[in-house]
Amino acid sequence: MSIPQPSYQGIFQRLQQHLPGAGIAWMSQMRDSALATLQQQGFPDTRMEAWKYTDLRSLGRHLFTPTTANREISTAQLEPWLFDQEPMHRLVFVDGRFAPQLSPLHALSGGVTLTSLAAALERHPAELEHRLGRTLDTQRPGFNAMNTAFLQDGAYLKLERQTVLDLPVHLLFISSGQTEHMATLRNVIMAAPGSAVTVIESWVALGDATCLSNTITEIMLEDNASLEHYKVVQEGDSATHIGDTSVYQQADSRFTSHSITLGGRLVRNDLDVCLDGHGAECALNGLTLTRGRQHVDNHTRIDHQQSHASSREYYKGILDDRSRTVFSGRIKVHPGAQKTTAQQNNHSLLLSADAEADARPQFEIYADDVQCTHGCTVGELDADALFYLRSRALDRESARNLLVYAFAADVLERMQQQPVRHYLEQQLARHLSGATARLQSAAWH
Amino acid sequence: MNTLLRIKNLHVSVEGKAILHGIDLSINAGEVHAIMGPNGSGKSTFAQVLAGREQFEVLQGSIHYAGENLLTLSPEKRARAGIFLAFQYPVEIPGVSNVYLLKTALNAIRKQRGEAELDAMDFLERVKQHTAMMQMDEELLYRSVNAGFSGGEKKRNEILQLLMLEPRLAILDETDSGLDIDALQVVANGVNSLRDDTRAFLLVTHYQRLLDYIRPDFVHVLAAGRLVKSGGPELALELEQRGYSWLKEAAVAATP
Repeated sequence: MSIPQPSYQGIFQRLQQHLPGAGIAWMSQMRDSALATLQQQGFPDTRMEAWKYTDLRSLGRHLFTPTTANREISTAQLEPWLFDQEPMHRLVFVDGRFAPQLSPLHALSGGVTLTSLAAALERHPAELEHRLGRTLDTQRPGFNAMNTAFLQDGAYLKLERQTVLDLPVHLLFISSGQTEHMATLRNVIMAAPGSAVTVIESWVALGDATCLSNTITEIMLEDNASLEHYKVVQEGDSATHIGDTSVYQQADSRFTSHSITLGGRLVRNDLDVCLDGHGAECALNGLTLTRGRQHVDNHTRIDHQQSHASSREYYKGILDDRSRTVFSGRIKVHPGAQKTTAQQNNHSLLLSADAEADARPQFEIYADDVQCTHGCTVGELDADALFYLRSRALDRESARNLLVYAFAADVLERMQQQPVRHYLEQQLARHLSGATARLQSAAWH
Repeated sequence: MNTLLRIKNLHVSVEGKAILHGIDLSINAGEVHAIMGPNGSGKSTFAQVLAGREQFEVLQGSIHYAGENLLTLSPEKRARAGIFLAFQYPVEIPGVSNVYLLKTALNAIRKQRGEAELDAMDFLERVKQHTAMMQMDEELLYRSVNAGFSGGEKKRNEILQLLMLEPRLAILDETDSGLDIDALQVVANGVNSLRDDTRAFLLVTHYQRLLDYIRPDFVHVLAAGRLVKSGGPELALELEQRGYSWLKEAAVAATP
């Protein structure tokens, strides 16, 4: 079950000596075996349940290649994606390659390791040997293997016991606009008991080249650790982004995710959370704004392995033009995971008759003392609300924009980081003013 | 007399179904009119048509407001011209704060009147004064519009908007239903405080009770899409005692 695609064997042979960890035996073995898996599995096709609504045939028409050359980017070029006035630790990657000159790190307190993954592989290979790939779902065909085989770099963040990192960590991944380029990144976040941190991933582009970002973020939260994680996808108009965030949580740990997708031709965000400790909590929030022919697939899976854990999902999408979104929310409550609470909400707002939103809630419950709730809506703007606002003197456009803004802002309100929230509110306002301009021009023609 | 609203032979249908069959009504500035009638008589349709609800189709007739053809105006233009509808079922709008809506609405109307935007201090002072008059918790100003409000809070919120926007023609669509006697008094006080000889009110209600607190100049009975009887305040009392059936039958008999 895979789509036709070119062989990546040749590229691999050419590049393998230049990829990080080339001198480490276990790493080389891992890459070799991953390449074999990729060649054997290929990319998934729509006959696979998890990829039913996302057609990847366009990927098979290209041979994506990681670059080995550094593309110079100035600090000024980063400006549009930085959050105002807030000191943050920042790691910048250009076309998958770490750019130390763009990555100012503030003084780190004891108990924190924050480096590129390549540097970590060099300095602490033994530490990563049994960590890398440990949280990954082996059932995710093609892309995990491709990521491992071609892994270029990524961020490595490790927090020792009871360490609280006050400043957020901003990971900025820039695609410089090279055609058929592939950025293959892997972030590893390990939080020891009682530690806490905020991590923001931004995926952005300087141009609209046909390129691929293949990304994995592995997160391990030990007892009572806490992470607020943001993923903001603003890839170019012809770009594909295939990303997986894989989270393993132990007792009483807390994970909050904000997954915001604004740009990219084809975006797939996998988010897998395994709640493997009593009292672990996760809150997964998502907002997708699509237009043109964008396709965004949010695929979430939560495994309740232990009792007294809770999960909340809140995903919203606003679709314009001929765009399409998919939300899959699989929640599995394993035997013995009593007193589980799981809430799932997914709401889509269609601004165009040609847009399509598919929602697939899937609950599998093997324990009897659980509370699982689910709500899902797909609809147009509420005509009653529009009339109400207009009867209060707001013109049609303002009323419409206000309702759309309010629909989305409700997700942004859940964010703790004010600078990120403010940045996204501005992006949202810009998105809406674009929609207004298009509507007005449509009215003229 | 200064005629504010003049309705002639108004026929309206909703989703292809005729609801109003030829309404004639004139309202002068300074007057309070009450439209009473049984459920399903077309009261709410009538109220919403005046505010410009687009789903309702005007088949025949005319509505003039302050000399202008109202039927050519969008809902927002009507609001800016001084028409206000207090909704029977105020809409919940999550994510839009009450105070934001009040400010945006007020400024749009002031702009139409050629007045400058109210500065933040003056606006706040006025809001707080009216909030106190409606005996509403100030916290409700900062909540999303009507979201999670009790039935009574929603109705008070409508009258708060009325007080802020100071319309020339206020239409109250069953504002009294679902209110206890204390809340009814608060709502009536709010409305009465705005009564003067430049404004007019149209009270749409099922019950006579509201009219004990807001005394109308005229009472009309709407039954089966027609105004079947008009009179003074005493008509409301008669309806309270006799019910609607005697008029309803007359209306049905008159329908061609």
